[in-house]
Amino acid sequence: MTKPLPGGRAGAQHTSMFFRMLVRAAILRRGRAASALLAMIVAATVTTALLNLFVDVQSKLRREFRNYGANVVVIAKDGKTLPPDALAKVEATVGRDPRAKQSVAVPFAYVVARTSNDQPVVVAGTDLSAVRKLNNWWSVTAWPKQPEEALLGVRASAIVNPQGKSFDLTFHGRTIHLTPAGTVGTGADEDSRIYVSLSDFEAWTGVRASTIEVDVSGPPADVNATIARLAQVLPDADVRPVRQIVEAEARVLGKTRATLLAACILVIATAALCVLATLTGWVLDRRRDFAIMKALGASQRFISGFFAAEAAFLGALGALLGFGFGIGIAAWIGRTNFHAPVMPRFELFPIVLLGCILIALVSAIAPISALRRVQPAMILKGE
Amino acid sequence: MFVRLVYESFRRQKRSKLLAGAAIALGVTVATAMIAVATDVGDKINRELRSYGANLVVTPQDDTLDVQIAGINLKPPSDGAYLDEADLPKIKGMFWRNNIVGFAPVLPVTVTVNKGTAKNVTLVGTYFAKRLRFGNENFVTGVRTTYPLWKVQGSWPDDDSRDVLIGEQLAAALRAKPGAKINIEGENLQVTGILSTGSTEDNEIVAPLALAQQLAGKPGVVRKVYVSALTKPEDAFARRDPKTLSPDMYDRWYCSPYAQSIAFQLQEAIPHSHAEQIRQVAQTEGTILTRIKGLMLLVTLAALFASALAVSAAMATTVFERRREVGLMKALGAGGLAVASLFFAEAALLALLGGAAGFAGGSFLAYHAGRWIFDSPINVQPVLLPLILIIAVIVTFAGSATAILRAVKFDPVYALRGEG
Repeated sequence: MTKPLPGGRAGAQHTSMFFRMLVRAAILRRGRAASALLAMIVAATVTTALLNLFVDVQSKLRREFRNYGANVVVIAKDGKTLPPDALAKVEATVGRDPRAKQSVAVPFAYVVARTSNDQPVVVAGTDLSAVRKLNNWWSVTAWPKQPEEALLGVRASAIVNPQGKSFDLTFHGRTIHLTPAGTVGTGADEDSRIYVSLSDFEAWTGVRASTIEVDVSGPPADVNATIARLAQVLPDADVRPVRQIVEAEARVLGKTRATLLAACILVIATAALCVLATLTGWVLDRRRDFAIMKALGASQRFISGFFAAEAAFLGALGALLGFGFGIGIAAWIGRTNFHAPVMPRFELFPIVLLGCILIALVSAIAPISALRRVQPAMILKGE
Repeated sequence: MFVRLVYESFRRQKRSKLLAGAAIALGVTVATAMIAVATDVGDKINRELRSYGANLVVTPQDDTLDVQIAGINLKPPSDGAYLDEADLPKIKGMFWRNNIVGFAPVLPVTVTVNKGTAKNVTLVGTYFAKRLRFGNENFVTGVRTTYPLWKVQGSWPDDDSRDVLIGEQLAAALRAKPGAKINIEGENLQVTGILSTGSTEDNEIVAPLALAQQLAGKPGVVRKVYVSALTKPEDAFARRDPKTLSPDMYDRWYCSPYAQSIAFQLQEAIPHSHAEQIRQVAQTEGTILTRIKGLMLLVTLAALFASALAVSAAMATTVFERRREVGLMKALGAGGLAVASLFFAEAALLALLGGAAGFAGGSFLAYHAGRWIFDSPINVQPVLLPLILIIAVIVTFAGSATAILRAVKFDPVYALRGEG
């Protein structure tokens, strides 16, 4: 099937011959070349997709972990309240980090008020729209929209205001008239409280916020740096990480990444072996070409160079196409699983390209050096 | 004759058969390990997520409002309803008892601490690692199971002792150290350790439950029970009200480990109680679990695809190398069917041998990966073996089919002349 090719021997002719052989070989043997290329593409695709996921999964999962709510709290010392500019200072400090765009800071002020039938109940004043962003596990029937509307904890609602009518609360002789907007259920302390907007709360009680809950996004090092900066700007307050949230997150993230890493290694090794098997078969299959070239007087270096160039070209082409598909697959996985596309990491391309070319060269050079010792006549006789 | 052909082929072409078998074994190893990891990773991550603390809380049914700010109870301690401590072991008699990682009761009491000046602090009575018995089953439960991230500098007190732990902030205020004595309500008690939780307990004293009951003057009662349970992420079905479900649906709901159905069963197990999920933990855990499981499923699909491809590539190569043999058989008068069935029989044999080896390798890999990542082995169910073998045979057939068909169609004259 293969035409005996006249061998070029010198200078420019030599180079042009080299390329002509490369191109003709690819066209004439397109069946086998295509299957080798396909194996290469699939391996590069799988590798790219997994590496991309592996690099990106940390930030994706970290975003999910932020649903646990605040990971840093700022508390006034000894039951006092925070200075009035504390929230502005916290926001300025947290907002300074350009990566922490999604960070939220929410002030809370608490008092124990009495209902009209003299029952004590905890009333909290807060920024309701910020709480909504921070604590999205709160199961709320309706958020307050007007001033003097209150959000009632489910247990507080059942005891303080079972009929759902508007009601009065008294604190130090001052009374506020509130209309219930909805209820909040969390299974924790919030169920027994009544939430009103901070402006209503301050106008009524004159008590300022004593706690600021902050949701600092980013890796642990950033969170710790933010805590240190907060402690510096707010010397009168305790700035503490919510250890349970911070440490459990690190633990789960670490294990997930380790599992994914193990999976990546397995899959990439399998893909590499698949390429190795296919390419070795492809080169072995062409031992007649090899024998003819040798019989026509081509040097061993020329032949090795020819097969190596062919393999490298195949590797590069496979890496290029596979990288494109891989990024597509990673983005699709991101959208279906995390509802946010996985950002393409172009810095991975050199790694994939290098890996592909390397594996292609190894699978081409190994059979060639094995064939080296065989006499061309033996191969041409079909033995 | 057929059997002899297959046998001889294996005997004479050891190297090529070994290579193909190794490729299959490798592919099956990866597939088995990944399937095992993917099926088990949900459970493993679920257990890791339990380090966030309890996800369910049981309170008395007719409880009054908590009047609590930042962990400091402002309500008279005599107020409110209680649960009976004797009912607690019944939690281990529930339908989903094996999903209960642990539980810890709490009984807060306001006490006066004398250290130069008198100070009011909250003392919380609980189990640390209490031995309990339900029926014939002995088990250990307490805060050390439900809150694995609590750190103690010093040592944990014994549940039967009168020793206490002091939260780190309170300890700093009282200048207490592990091993010191502390005067609580006129009695000198031993401090075995300083507790750090990053939460309200940092300002409290944590003591064995019996001590708190005695200080409160209420033997045998607890205020709340925190339960840590392995749950299934919530879906629309989980949120249905069990009272409105048909009997079939009710059974399905009851027998799914949703936070809601476990809460429902806790309420059944403990009289006069109300159980609820702690939404901060339970809801977020559900989302994270869904994401990680989904991710592992997709990665497993990629792994299966890659290993199927590797097996096919290896098989295609081995068949292709044997064109001359096919040519010879056909020249001697063998039909296409005879040649194809010979190759398929060989492929099936290879698949079974390689599949069994791969299954063993995959189990080994999964076991050690589990030990390395999660400190607990991932075991592969033997039930999976037939399934894995069937998959191995199918993939091997699919991989060699095109090569075999091409070899069968090939003109024997060209094949024998070595032109392919």
